[in-house]
Amino acid sequence: MAWRCGWRCYIYCVDLEYGGKMYNPSLTESILIRGGRVIDPAHGRDETADVLIVDGVIQAVGRLEFTAQCRVIEAEGLVVAPGLVDMHVHLREPGQEYKEDIASGTRAAAAGGVTSVACMPNTQPVADDLSVIGYIQERARQSGVVRVFPVGAITKGLQGQVLTEMGLLQRAGCVAFSDDGRPVSDSGVMRKALEYSRMFSALLIQHAEEPSLSGGCMHEGIVSSRLGLPGIPSESESVMVDRDIRLVALTGGRYHVAHLSTRQAVVAVEQARRQGLPVSCEVTPHHFSLTDEAVIGYDTDAKMSPPLRSTTDRQALLDGLAQGVITVIATDHAPHDEENKRVEFCRAANGVIGLETLLPVSLELVRDGVMSLSACLAAMSCHPARLLGIPHGTLEVGRAADVVLFDPEESWIVDARQMQSKSKNSCFHGRRVKGRVKQTLVAGRVVYTDEGR
Amino acid sequence: MSVAFADELLLTSSETLALIDALAARLHADRLGLPDPQARVGDWVVIGIRRGGALVAERLWDRLCERVQEKIPIGFLDITFYRDDLDTIGPNPVVGETDLRMDIDHKHILLVDDVLFTGRTIRAAMNALFDYGRPERVELLVLVDRGGRQLPIQPDHVGLVVQAGMGECIKLVDKGENVQVVRRKLG
Amino acid sequence: MRTAGNLWTRKHLLGMAGLSKEEIATLLDTAVSLREVNRREIKKVPTLRGKTIINLFFENSTRTRTSFELAGKRMSADVINMSVASSSVQKGETLLDTLANLQAMNPDVVVMRHPESGVLQFLANHLNTALVNAGDGRHEHPTQGLLDILTIQDHLPLLERDSFSGLVVAICGDVLHSRVARSNALGLKSLGAEVRFVGPSTLMPNQAEEAFGVTVHHRLEEGLAGAHVVMMLRLQNERMNSPYLPSVREYAEFWGLTRNRLRLADPKAIVMHPGPINRGVEISSEVVDDPDRSVILEQVANGLAVRMAVLYLLCGSGVRR
Repeated sequence: MAWRCGWRCYIYCVDLEYGGKMYNPSLTESILIRGGRVIDPAHGRDETADVLIVDGVIQAVGRLEFTAQCRVIEAEGLVVAPGLVDMHVHLREPGQEYKEDIASGTRAAAAGGVTSVACMPNTQPVADDLSVIGYIQERARQSGVVRVFPVGAITKGLQGQVLTEMGLLQRAGCVAFSDDGRPVSDSGVMRKALEYSRMFSALLIQHAEEPSLSGGCMHEGIVSSRLGLPGIPSESESVMVDRDIRLVALTGGRYHVAHLSTRQAVVAVEQARRQGLPVSCEVTPHHFSLTDEAVIGYDTDAKMSPPLRSTTDRQALLDGLAQGVITVIATDHAPHDEENKRVEFCRAANGVIGLETLLPVSLELVRDGVMSLSACLAAMSCHPARLLGIPHGTLEVGRAADVVLFDPEESWIVDARQMQSKSKNSCFHGRRVKGRVKQTLVAGRVVYTDEGR
Repeated sequence: MSVAFADELLLTSSETLALIDALAARLHADRLGLPDPQARVGDWVVIGIRRGGALVAERLWDRLCERVQEKIPIGFLDITFYRDDLDTIGPNPVVGETDLRMDIDHKHILLVDDVLFTGRTIRAAMNALFDYGRPERVELLVLVDRGGRQLPIQPDHVGLVVQAGMGECIKLVDKGENVQVVRRKLG
Repeated sequence: MRTAGNLWTRKHLLGMAGLSKEEIATLLDTAVSLREVNRREIKKVPTLRGKTIINLFFENSTRTRTSFELAGKRMSADVINMSVASSSVQKGETLLDTLANLQAMNPDVVVMRHPESGVLQFLANHLNTALVNAGDGRHEHPTQGLLDILTIQDHLPLLERDSFSGLVVAICGDVLHSRVARSNALGLKSLGAEVRFVGPSTLMPNQAEEAFGVTVHHRLEEGLAGAHVVMMLRLQNERMNSPYLPSVREYAEFWGLTRNRLRLADPKAIVMHPGPINRGVEISSEVVDDPDRSVILEQVANGLAVRMAVLYLLCGSGVRR
């Protein structure tokens, strides 16, 4: 792949789509992404086209001719898509910077083609207060390479008792609220949270898990029986989702199920959506691509919450994606250092990293005929952006130029040791995948270029 | 065991049996048939080392009993757990059972093996034996002595002496009733 | 007599899962040969002279630890016992570090018991030392499985059977938390026996039929019907007065093995128990002490021989022919 970054040439530019209007970006910084397959699911675009970026903003998309002085990125053979939006990421800062920090986590995002991340509030201290949100935003400005959108806690200290100042937190920049890592298990508190958040049209993201059914450390089934590991039944999730949906019907609050993992929960969400309730859900690449059989051998990198489920559950997740019940793919990127993973299975921390494997693993859905490339990208761009209410995840003219260029055909083997993330707990280590991010731009600035490994 | 090339027959089945019979006759003549001030016939015990020695011992014991008109006690010893080569050869996958039901204290032991080579088996067998008691005397009878000793051990009674090189294996081959002695060149 | 060459090449004994029929036979045959040593005046062979065996127990255990200790000593190995109270795990050291330190002292075998499932597999992935699983959580307890299978094998003639094929073994009680049940089920199934899991529904592993190829019975009478071997499991006290079980009284009433209930089994059926026994709870004294039925003490004797066999085979398995 020959990159012609940094080339300067005079181009006369015509945006054919906008009636051949002439545009002359004379004194400004311009980038032209030329000849790629441009996919913008938000506008149903999927065609070979050029993308012109001026001063970090998308200026034109289409077949362009130019005379302007601009940098050209040759994108022939590549897909040019909106920078991905991952609405479920743990950046671990503040508090657990030895696992990840905003700098390393956003570098990992950039390497995965992700330009906006929503970071979960289970930091130390918990992001339940304006000061912590302010700190995260400040650190993101200083050291982040992609956009960081904090998610505030639903309850103070994630204790499930006292609501946070959702109004103030939202005004400060929180894009959603969640006690992720824990459910809001008290029905009364959840009801109040939904009622309260509705005033601000805020999205509540629930880690749906009934605590009294979740004492195990893997999915309850044949594999857990064989391995002698205490299991977590699928009902642990569906019981909570069912309850929450009834509370959504009662309150009208916006409700989103994080990392949905079971067939019953897919059914519940499908029914709720059919009734017109403001219910949505996300699925992680590991849940739709792996099953509990990955735990055989007691691999702690296959341990997460919710656990990898059965083949039946996995198939239901794929069907849910295909039928548009599940509208979002999110990573639940959860970095853990070796000390928390290289231990006995039951003691190992829950979670896996995922930012750098999000795209290639999700592209397996396209290859397996589950969904179109455009629909797959929508689940990682415009859909989550809409839920979070952020103006990203699209290549619309006038929007910030967050763009990912990837080679959908390049085959490579995942190597956790090569990753940008500080932690190496990937459940896809050693997996052969197809689809490789070549370049990532945030507001027209190149934040990641594949050096070829 | 490496690939075996064509075996050279040293003793046919009938020759093998005849040799054992001859050994029994000689033993009777030299030892058990004579008035021994140290040992009466009843003081003798025949002990075969598994597996080849046990085959020889059974036949020999049978013939001896015939001659002395008395049931001499017989026992069998598996020396697997006394071997000194666990670290070089590894565990023996087929371990025979040791069967020594008699008291061997103060007894005169006739230790029987098929082929005497380095002497290590006999050393192991003596160690094993002494875990069962304190015999008065131990004599060694072997069907074939092929030379190549690595320990100061010599047989008291020998059926056949054969010169064999280090690359050769002298074996008692047990094919049911058909027991023969062969020379096998190792590849 | 079999003549095949290297029937044992494994470095560790982590579980019955994956052991072939032939490997089980090698272990049992070796154990049978070693039983003779335990009947002698001088109960010792020099086989493992100079070998070091570390017994590392993170759970209380008297009989298994003693059995391994005696097994090592009767084979002339040096045996060191470490229990959790004296180990540095209590000082905050990770398990892997503890084992790495032990490994640095170059033991030949580490025998380990740990309250969590899968720990030995985890350690085997990171260490070189040969490991023997003496019980990991509710996962496996392979030497118990082997000694039970050896005990059953000894009784096959009395049960008028020439192999495990078609033999009905009822494993009864708290199957969910039992590593003994798992190891036995895996081993017995691979030898061709028919295995039943019999126990209260709250103490049964999820989808046990598919997971282990057994049949599941929630009434003791039904599980015992026609069984040739009745294996009772120990009921741990901490299961009582919990959501698992309401009371000892109720358990004993519905799940205790009495002489009357035993009549439902095959007329020659043997009764086994891995110990320690809760008399009057899972099994009545009249059954425990019935010399025609109970083979519990034979199990203990076989345990010693099986563990000697395991140590012998593992100590020499580093050698490749």
